[in-house]
Amino acid sequence: MQFGIFTVSDVTTDPTDDTTPTEGERIKALVTIAKKAEEVGLDVFALGEHHNPPFVSSSPTTMLGYIAAQTTDLILSTSTTLITTNDPVKIAEDYAMLQHLADGRVDVMMGRGNTGPVYPWFGKDIRDGIPLAIENYALLHRLWREDFVDWQGQYRTPLQGFQSTPRPLDGVPPFVWHGSIRSPEIAEQAAFYGDGFFANNIFWPKEHYMRLIGYYRQRFEHYGHGTAAQAIVGLGGQAFMRAKSQDAVNEFRPYFDNAPVYGHGPSMEDFTAQTPLTVGSPQEVIDKYAGMRDHFGDYQRQLFLMDHAGLPLKTVLEQLDILGEEVVPVLRKEFAANRPADVPEGPTHAALVAAAAARVEPVETSQAVTA
Amino acid sequence: MTARKLAVVTAGLSQPSSTRLLADRLTEATVRALEGTGVASTEVEVTVIELRDVAQDVTNNLLTGFASPKLETAIQAVTGADGLIAVTPIFTTSYSGLFKSFIDVLDPQALTGMPVLLGATGGTERHSLAIDYAMRPLFSYLHAVALPTGVYAASSDWGGPTPAGSGAPVRSADGLADRIERAASELAAHVRTSDRSQQVHDPFALPEGFSPVGAFGAQ
Repeated sequence: MQFGIFTVSDVTTDPTDDTTPTEGERIKALVTIAKKAEEVGLDVFALGEHHNPPFVSSSPTTMLGYIAAQTTDLILSTSTTLITTNDPVKIAEDYAMLQHLADGRVDVMMGRGNTGPVYPWFGKDIRDGIPLAIENYALLHRLWREDFVDWQGQYRTPLQGFQSTPRPLDGVPPFVWHGSIRSPEIAEQAAFYGDGFFANNIFWPKEHYMRLIGYYRQRFEHYGHGTAAQAIVGLGGQAFMRAKSQDAVNEFRPYFDNAPVYGHGPSMEDFTAQTPLTVGSPQEVIDKYAGMRDHFGDYQRQLFLMDHAGLPLKTVLEQLDILGEEVVPVLRKEFAANRPADVPEGPTHAALVAAAAARVEPVETSQAVTA
Repeated sequence: MTARKLAVVTAGLSQPSSTRLLADRLTEATVRALEGTGVASTEVEVTVIELRDVAQDVTNNLLTGFASPKLETAIQAVTGADGLIAVTPIFTTSYSGLFKSFIDVLDPQALTGMPVLLGATGGTERHSLAIDYAMRPLFSYLHAVALPTGVYAASSDWGGPTPAGSGAPVRSADGLADRIERAASELAAHVRTSDRSQQVHDPFALPEGFSPVGAFGAQ
């Protein structure tokens, strides 16, 4: 089980003192936050991709490469990489490069984005969102696995004998998650390839995601990648903690009430009752998240959104201390208890290399015989 | 005979409201008309949704993208019905903002094929065409079956002259009671034969022809 944080890289005014970090300050703060994540023992740092203010993360591999150079164990991921509007050839190249530089500590989460105008800005049509996600990934999947690719599709210029460089580290492409909050097509796609499925469930009630993840698990089994219980599932989460529950509630409320997405809408009490957001003591967070597998089955990755809505860097770093020192160690024990032995751990490069070696050997033997 | 499900959406803001009053009259008339076609009133399941009761939830849904459990129950009752009675006050020449906000949180496909009786209330008769220039296009866009007779009740309709010595309202070709009866019988005819409430919707149904590797297939 892997635990980590994911960020949307928003530059938001702190509603308690009306200060706004500069883009430069926010960018450096993200690096500090990622390094802190490693320091407190988290496994994953995932960065979003946006092409409009107030977000600063338009170039994720630049930032992740910079973070890779300053960390040793942290897995660097995305939340999400826009498979719709990016050229899949460039994704193949960028993330293979990052994978080499980070010694394999890289995986990627594909998503379609939530900002309509990004499509026309990059010459695409939002009505093609799903077909773009499907076709672009089909190409990306091949570019990482075949040395020379002949390819023709609907949305990109054809390729003849194209080789994307560098080739994936150790011949093993980065692990891929597909993120979706609603579309069964994306759950189907993840299941077809045997890739991971990430449900960013932080804004919606769990019943919806129980069905969506249940569907993905069932289709994962259908496509022969293992049992439904062995499908690779990631979930989002959100917490704000102080030693005393009421202190957490009082301190977080102005950030909640003014937050992008849900601010000025439901009360914090309603929202915490209906979504995974937990505002309270570390024990309350442990209780809420330890219960996740009762709803979604044993899963592989839990990411928390910790740094949005104008929370100051100092506060975010304190939150990461609490998360890493008081919450995650307990959750690791809770999740390990009664976890069936055949449920996979969270994906790592080393495990993928080992799995590839185990797969390839018998094939090579049979080729040698027929040669 | 399986139970017929009738949903009533009323967007009146006050309590009691004349919008709810009209909705109730339309509901009673529809249940009566169904009885006339052989559907016992015990076989008709009526769910009334006062949008005022879920006004906060509707706004939250617009902001967050998801429905609270209470609103979700209301949405299910509406979208899974055999027929819908939709009644709104007319504000500033059109349906009320709350009414439209509720429609906006429904899945755009959820009312496809739904027989809808359009009703509206207003201070004067001058806004009666709002049913036809505002409500009707809205439901046409959603591929609902908006029935030919819409019922508009102005304040004066509730105090129309009564024949001397009788307690009954005036029954003339264009009287409110008459319009209610006519509209209700149109809705009843559709509800009687509808199988909408029996349909099973698979939220994970993939579009026809969908392939996880795309239109060009694995090459």
